[in-house]
Amino acid sequence: MMNYIWLFFIFFSVVVGIINGKMKEVSDAIISASSSAVEISIGLIGIMTLWLGLMHIAQKAGLIDLLAKVFSPILRLIFPSIPKDDPVQADIAMNVTANALGLGNAATPMGIKAMEGLQRLNPNKKDTASDDMCTFLTINTAGVQLLPVSVIAILASLGSTNATDIILPTILTTFGALVIGILFVKLLIKISPESKKGGKKNV
Amino acid sequence: MFEQISYALIPLLIVSILIYATYKKVPVYEEFPTGAKQGFDISIRIIPYLVAMMVAVAMFRASGAIDLLGTLLKPVLEFIGMPVELLPLALTRSLSGSGARGIFAEIAAANGPDAPITKTAAVMLGCSETTFYVLAVYFGAVGVTKFRHAITAGIVADLAGIVLALVISKMMFY
Repeated sequence: MMNYIWLFFIFFSVVVGIINGKMKEVSDAIISASSSAVEISIGLIGIMTLWLGLMHIAQKAGLIDLLAKVFSPILRLIFPSIPKDDPVQADIAMNVTANALGLGNAATPMGIKAMEGLQRLNPNKKDTASDDMCTFLTINTAGVQLLPVSVIAILASLGSTNATDIILPTILTTFGALVIGILFVKLLIKISPESKKGGKKNV
Repeated sequence: MFEQISYALIPLLIVSILIYATYKKVPVYEEFPTGAKQGFDISIRIIPYLVAMMVAVAMFRASGAIDLLGTLLKPVLEFIGMPVELLPLALTRSLSGSGARGIFAEIAAANGPDAPITKTAAVMLGCSETTFYVLAVYFGAVGVTKFRHAITAGIVADLAGIVLALVISKMMFY
């Protein structure tokens, strides 16, 4: 599917670019986006190194196992094929919490650790997402957010007198989108034929 | 105040991990590099996936495709009562974080920071995540190229977020 989505983005852009006479912009965008993708990846090295080091310390101290135990009952409802007390649950819990608090920088390394854990448990081929990976990334792409700090900051900097009254509607929206996303991914997992053989392996 | 709390979280979390680990007799400095050295490889591993995704998204935005989609969708939006002004934000938020913030700043500047439409846009931006970037980074880090349900469910969650932002803001700000 990603093959078609990628092709669609590029094909549609070229066609629209020609119609709009914006081929120079499109051409410039190709060059600048490829270098900024590399800059972003390189820029991740520092924060990734820091958090992976800290999480290794947390694991050595038994914190990860502790967190996995604490969050296991909730997480196993959402991720049924993760074995009880598997440390990946701690990574998932930390990633979701960091995201919810708006700590995107810390959330990414934790999320990647979680993905590595899920890849270890992946019953499919290693280039194919497992059911739990799909669920985990649905939670991530739904953008769980308790404190929309950066948006409040932008509003406040523009002179808003009551910027914080977006907090409640943002929480309601993000929670609603999260629930809909999870229900939808569960539905897809349930109706897809390939999930039946591999997805429930560890239950 | 929220900003202050948010700034304090990361330093507090780091110091808590280190204190707890030291209490558990973990030699913290000695153990740090064992985990940390994976950071480089993972970051480098993401590059091909991120280049592929970001180039496609950048071409899409530069071509004016979002404006075109906006023109095409306008009658539908007017029919359901969505302010047309919010459409570029709704279409951009899943593709580019900086792009979405730029559009939001324009909406806020044009309507005033306390206008209901600005607040609606703020909710729409506040609960958004750049879905395509997240998928590229997380799947890229573990070498997954077949995203299966993640892409459909991600887009559905994004659409749900847009609709809910509109409905909930309509109830609270108008």
